[in-house]
Amino acid sequence: MKGMTVIVKTIASWVKVLIFIFGIYIILFGHLTPGGGFAGGVILASSYVLLMLAFGRRFVGENLPFAAASKLDCLGAFLFAMIATLGLAFGGSFFVNFLYQKYLPGEPLELISAGTIPLSNIAIGLKVGASLFVVIFALSVFCKDFKCREPGTESESGTSAGQKE
Amino acid sequence: MAIFYILLIFMIIAAIIAVETQDLLSSVICIGAIGFGASLMFLFLRAPDIAITQIVVEVLGLIILIRATISRDLTFIGGDREFFGTVVSVVIIGVIFLAGLKVLQTKSYEEIQETRQMHPHAVALPDFGTPIYSITPEAASQEYVKKGLEKTGAANLVASVILDFRAYDTLGEATVLFTSIIGATVILRIRSRKRLEELDV
Repeated sequence: MKGMTVIVKTIASWVKVLIFIFGIYIILFGHLTPGGGFAGGVILASSYVLLMLAFGRRFVGENLPFAAASKLDCLGAFLFAMIATLGLAFGGSFFVNFLYQKYLPGEPLELISAGTIPLSNIAIGLKVGASLFVVIFALSVFCKDFKCREPGTESESGTSAGQKE
Repeated sequence: MAIFYILLIFMIIAAIIAVETQDLLSSVICIGAIGFGASLMFLFLRAPDIAITQIVVEVLGLIILIRATISRDLTFIGGDREFFGTVVSVVIIGVIFLAGLKVLQTKSYEEIQETRQMHPHAVALPDFGTPIYSITPEAASQEYVKKGLEKTGAANLVASVILDFRAYDTLGEATVLFTSIIGATVILRIRSRKRLEELDV
C-alpha cells in the first residue's frame, strides 16, 4: 500500500495534528467534560490510522515502530496498575484515591483536581491508543502477506518448474 | 420517546439489510449505520461519554472492515439458503423474542412504587430511558450522584464512577483488552512468519 494522491496526503498532514490534539484534550479533560481515557485513546489511534491510509504502512512504521507501540501499550497498563498499587501503599486499600484524599485536593472544575483520576485517564488513553494501533498495524501486515501469498506460490511453482526444466 | 422508536426501527432495518444483502461493502456500511444509530440514541439518552466512545470506536471499526472488504476480491456472497436452517433460526429468534418481551417487561416509576407498597421486594425494570435509579432512595447510584463530587473531586460523574468507585471494572476491562491484543498479535505474527519461511524456501 503506497498511499493515496497528493490531495489526500496534504489534507491528512494538516488534519492529523488537529485530531491528535483533540485526542489529548479528550484524555486530559476526561474528569471535567465528557470523554475520558478510552475515547481519547481511540482518537489518538485513529490519527495514526489516517496517516496509515494516506501515506502507507511504511511511513507510519518509521514514525512509530511496532516495537515502540507495543512498549507504550505495556507502559500504559503498567502505569494504571501502579496507580492502583500506590493507592494500596499510601491510602490503605487498592484503587483508593489517595492524592485527592491526602495530598492534593485541588478545586473542583479545575484542571488539576480529582487526584488520581486524570493520571488513570492518561494511563488508559496511552494503553488503548497504543494497543489499537498495534492491532491495526498487525492486521495491515497480515493483509499484505495474504495478498503476497498468491503471486508467491505462483513464483514458487514457477521456480520449481524452471528447476525441472 | 418517539425518537427512540424511530432510531430503533432504523437500526433494525439496517441490521436486516446487513444480514440479507449479498454485497459485502453495503453490509459493512449497514453495520456502520447501526453503530451511528446507537451513538445517536446514547446522545438522546443524555449519555455523551458513551456516545463519544461509541462513535469513535465505530469509525475505527468501520475503517478496518472496509479495508478488509476492499482488499479482498470477493465482494459478493451468493448461494442458496437451506430451508431447514432458515426455519430453525426463525423459530429460535421467535422464542428468544417472546422470552425477551416477557422478561424485559417495563413499568413506569408510579407503577413500580404502587407494586412496592404491596410487595416490598418486587423488582421491575423501568421504562426505556427513564433514569429511575437516580430517584430510587436505596439505589447505590444515589450515593454516587449525591457524593461523587465531594468524595472524588471530579466534575464528570462518569469519570468518578469508572475510575474511582468502580475502578476494578476498568482494571478488568484493561486486562481483557491487553490479553486480546497479545493474542491477536501472536496469532498474526505466527501466520506471517510461516508465510515468510514458505517464501524463503
